[in-house]
Amino acid sequence: MTKVLMYGNEAIGEAAIRAGCQCYFGYPITPQNELTEYMAANLSRKKGCTFIQAESEIAAINMVYGASLAGVRTMTSSSSPGISLKQEGISYLAACELPAVIVNMSRGGPGLGSIAAAQSDYFQATRGGGHGDYRTIVLGPSSVQELADLTHRAFDLSDQYRIPVMILGDGMLGQMKEPVEFKHEAPAELPLRAHALRGAKGRPSKYVKSLTSNPIELEELNWSLYRRYQLIKKKEVAYEAFQCEDAELIIVAFGIAARIAKGAIKNARAEGMKVGMLRPITLWPFPSEKIQELAKNTKHFLVFEMNMGQMLEDVQLALAGNGEISFYGRPGGVIPTPSEVFRVASRLYCQKGLK
Amino acid sequence: MNKIYARPRLLRKTPFHYCAGCGHSVIHRIVAELIDEMNIHDKAIGIPPPGCAVFAYYYLDVDMAESAHGRGMAVATGLKRANPEAIVFTYQGDGDLAAIGIAEAIHAANRGEKITSIFVNNAVYGMTGGQMAPTTLLDMKTTTSPYGRDAALEGNPIKMSEMLALLKGAVYIERTAVDSPANIRKTKKAIRKALQTQINGLGFSMVEILAPCPTNWKMSPVESWQWVGKVMTKEFPLGLIKDTTGIKDTAGEKDAD
Repeated sequence: MTKVLMYGNEAIGEAAIRAGCQCYFGYPITPQNELTEYMAANLSRKKGCTFIQAESEIAAINMVYGASLAGVRTMTSSSSPGISLKQEGISYLAACELPAVIVNMSRGGPGLGSIAAAQSDYFQATRGGGHGDYRTIVLGPSSVQELADLTHRAFDLSDQYRIPVMILGDGMLGQMKEPVEFKHEAPAELPLRAHALRGAKGRPSKYVKSLTSNPIELEELNWSLYRRYQLIKKKEVAYEAFQCEDAELIIVAFGIAARIAKGAIKNARAEGMKVGMLRPITLWPFPSEKIQELAKNTKHFLVFEMNMGQMLEDVQLALAGNGEISFYGRPGGVIPTPSEVFRVASRLYCQKGLK
Repeated sequence: MNKIYARPRLLRKTPFHYCAGCGHSVIHRIVAELIDEMNIHDKAIGIPPPGCAVFAYYYLDVDMAESAHGRGMAVATGLKRANPEAIVFTYQGDGDLAAIGIAEAIHAANRGEKITSIFVNNAVYGMTGGQMAPTTLLDMKTTTSPYGRDAALEGNPIKMSEMLALLKGAVYIERTAVDSPANIRKTKKAIRKALQTQINGLGFSMVEILAPCPTNWKMSPVESWQWVGKVMTKEFPLGLIKDTTGIKDTAGEKDAD
């Protein structure tokens, strides 16, 4: 396979088409428009496929719900304020055990915020986001290549566990061009999930719903979802451990922040400082066990995020006091440089007497 | 002996939870009869709304899926586009379609989605206890318009059928009522035509049905049925609003007029 130079947003679109995504529903919002436009150009005229520019993000996620009912692979994308609008629909998808892929190329918040890259939707993404007890699998890519790979993975996971999967990227990843290799060809036949809602042909009629007037029945649904979430936590955790073996200080960062931190780590290593990085790839399920394992050899952790400290809480929960945690964050769409993170890391390294 | 009247095959043997005199049971029956008579059971999918009709799937022996409040037409759009062979209908109330879901209704109609909306207008939010709806009549008292709806404060009743008829994608829209045997038959005829519009792939179709809500109107069933004809139809005149389908009425249905 050859590599092509592509915008992150476009790479998601191409990967989705190659994963057999049949229906895409979007609504314009910066900084993810290139994805919607890519689907308009490349999916709308594809046989059997649908592209709709919906009247709102709310309509788009509910169109996704409809297409998922019909058993096809379907996706929507947006950026932070638009993702807030989709949360009700994501809750319904989770409740009705319907697969769907939701892309958040997040931007600075709160409110209308800024259109610059930020990571301030971590809480919303990893805690369910909408109402009710539910989870979505959340994938945190950190390169254009990974956007493509994880988009494909998102469709597979979503179908396997009948759960909405969110890709939590950011405006920088979406807007940058990098070489990318697509590892899958588009399927000759579009995948169709079994047991879809397509009319009572050759079987009794059925319905898909979450509503019940019996709390015990709803409790059972919650238990059933919980058991599936436990399975996902056991089987689907993914992370990258970068130069952690001898590390005295480990930076924990995800997505584009991890990319920035890697630059800082290279500088630190050049200065003889033993700094490593743990990068969660699945933000939910979170690699808590890996962090606990790392804490056996490393006592100092620096959580670095482009927000005010959200994943920080997951690191605190994972370590449960078995390690010292510092935090550095830049919210609002400010993009820190590798040298800035290096300064923070090296200062910490000296303060803690690691040098 | 010939059997001339029976429970429709596609109406489950579950007793309705609806109040005495409610219009939903009659409309459910019509939908069940038509899906059977039109031989579309194997591809029909219904989207009931949050609201009194939310449990429609307990009564109609048809594939159905719940929708978030107001989003029926967006869900139907996704279902239909993903599976164009399906016959997809939404079943929506006035709060669902004309308030929270008005954007979805307008845009589904404007795109000419090949779906059918069964729009039950009883001028109140029924399930939540009789609050004011966009279709509540002027001076009508509800729990949230306790002094009567005042146009200066709450606006005028929204006429969805007339509004949607302005859109090219909406090809068949009719307003009927279920306040008398004759009007019930006209309602059945209208829904048949709306479904036929979809089967023929012509565009968006909707039947607005004026229906009584005796409980929230604080009337007896008989009074409420009379109120539909005497009062509601003054604000919401019955009849064909728009038909650019070119579908001819079938002979058997003529007597409904």
